[in-house]
Amino acid sequence: MPSYPSEFKYTKEHEWIKPEGGNATIGITSYAQESLGDIVFVDAPKVGSEITAGATFGSVESVKAVSDLFAPASGTVTEVNAELATAPEKINQDAHAAWLVKIKLKNPAELDSLLSAADYEKFVAEEGGH
Amino acid sequence: MEATTATIRKTALNAVHRQLGAKMVEFNGWDMPVEYPRFGGIMAEHNAVRTGVGIFDVSHMGDILLSGPEALSAVQHISMNDASKLSIGQAQYSALLYPQGTFVDDVIVHRLADEQYLLVINAGTREKDFSWVHSNTRQFNCAAEHLSDEFTQIAIQGPKGVDLLQKLTDAELSKVKFYWITRGTVCGLKNILIARTGYTAEDGFEIYVPSDEATSERVWNEVLAAGKDLGAIPCGLGARNTLRLEGKLPLYGHEISDTINVWEAGLGRFCKMDKPEFIGQAALQSAQAAGLKQTLVGLQMVDRGIARDGYKVLDSQNKEIGYVTSGSYAPFLKKNIALAYVPPSFAEVGSFVNVEIRGQGVKAQVVPTPFYKRSKKN
Repeated sequence: MPSYPSEFKYTKEHEWIKPEGGNATIGITSYAQESLGDIVFVDAPKVGSEITAGATFGSVESVKAVSDLFAPASGTVTEVNAELATAPEKINQDAHAAWLVKIKLKNPAELDSLLSAADYEKFVAEEGGH
Repeated sequence: MEATTATIRKTALNAVHRQLGAKMVEFNGWDMPVEYPRFGGIMAEHNAVRTGVGIFDVSHMGDILLSGPEALSAVQHISMNDASKLSIGQAQYSALLYPQGTFVDDVIVHRLADEQYLLVINAGTREKDFSWVHSNTRQFNCAAEHLSDEFTQIAIQGPKGVDLLQKLTDAELSKVKFYWITRGTVCGLKNILIARTGYTAEDGFEIYVPSDEATSERVWNEVLAAGKDLGAIPCGLGARNTLRLEGKLPLYGHEISDTINVWEAGLGRFCKMDKPEFIGQAALQSAQAAGLKQTLVGLQMVDRGIARDGYKVLDSQNKEIGYVTSGSYAPFLKKNIALAYVPPSFAEVGSFVNVEIRGQGVKAQVVPTPFYKRSKKN
């Protein structure tokens, strides 16, 4: 079982978000990368674009599947992990370190409705049946 | 379209796949392994087949045996390739066609004996194929038997497949050429059908063993064990799909279907129009005279993006001109490739088209196919 950092919040669509003051870092969870398999493509938004909580902001593709990315919170993209454009497999290697984007949070209170690490772990245990 | 089956079917190796930690998916009504993460997953499986050897459970494939004095005439009538050219022990790629020249299914025809032909058919079309074959061979003095459930079919694919299988059989595999078959003792089982065929664009073998669970599991485990020092790993349908895509081997429901004809699919070299007669021949003659409306091409993505099955193909003005039949990241070639139907005017190698990916036209180029071709020794 992978461990889910307690300083992250999680979505039921399997993204994580790590708040740092008014900013946050976003990625996909270890569970997500495991279900996807070998990740070969990351389609992330550009710096400066707006993302909206609950809406898609890009996609991650494995050899066999396309998976939309859902924004855990609203905000403006301040940084994109360029490394993933050429080395998307970094997500498979360490999903909780291979972040996708950093954003400036529009409304930090949005994070309150997300899952804690413990809740997320329970959620995937039920969803994945393991 | 065939009726959907309420129960999902399992091969005799289902429990083994689960023990090996396979990710299982439903494929054409079958519960099948898509990949084995414990052995590295799709990419590792794909590359094992390209550079070493990989083992697949392909028991979901179907088998129809035609035997009797007029078996050859029956095969000639229902398939597009020329089965009269087959020696005993030889196999050929062919297809069953509707009268309009479109596909019932693609098949491998094996000549097992003088008056005995084995048709290996696709999982999703088993029942449809058998009833088609049965009803269209009635006028011939031969019997059509549906043997799909009799066999566990294990594919041992890759350049080292021959070394692996040779450890387990007395048959002299070096004497079996590609698309030939032999019989031999395999894992102590006598008279096992061994075909040097596959669906990976690589050298390899497919063995047909009795489908009871105990025998199937024993053979599978012995094959894996014998392949250990060769780096053999179990491979799922995910790798099977990317392997066949790199080799431009058609998949029913994608590159070929009941609405696509032989010329469009680019399979004319397997269609022998000079044969006396076969179902679909007349329509194909007219279609040939009328010219192509669409043709299958290979695409390589130029800009960032992966073309997927069903995505639209656009011209440079982003006007819709065709569609993607299969598309993926190609694990061995390390490129994003696709097969697509486009009008012949866009089919020239080097032409540029766009593929619509999430609402945007992403640039792709028509490239020669197959994308991957193995260096042939056999």
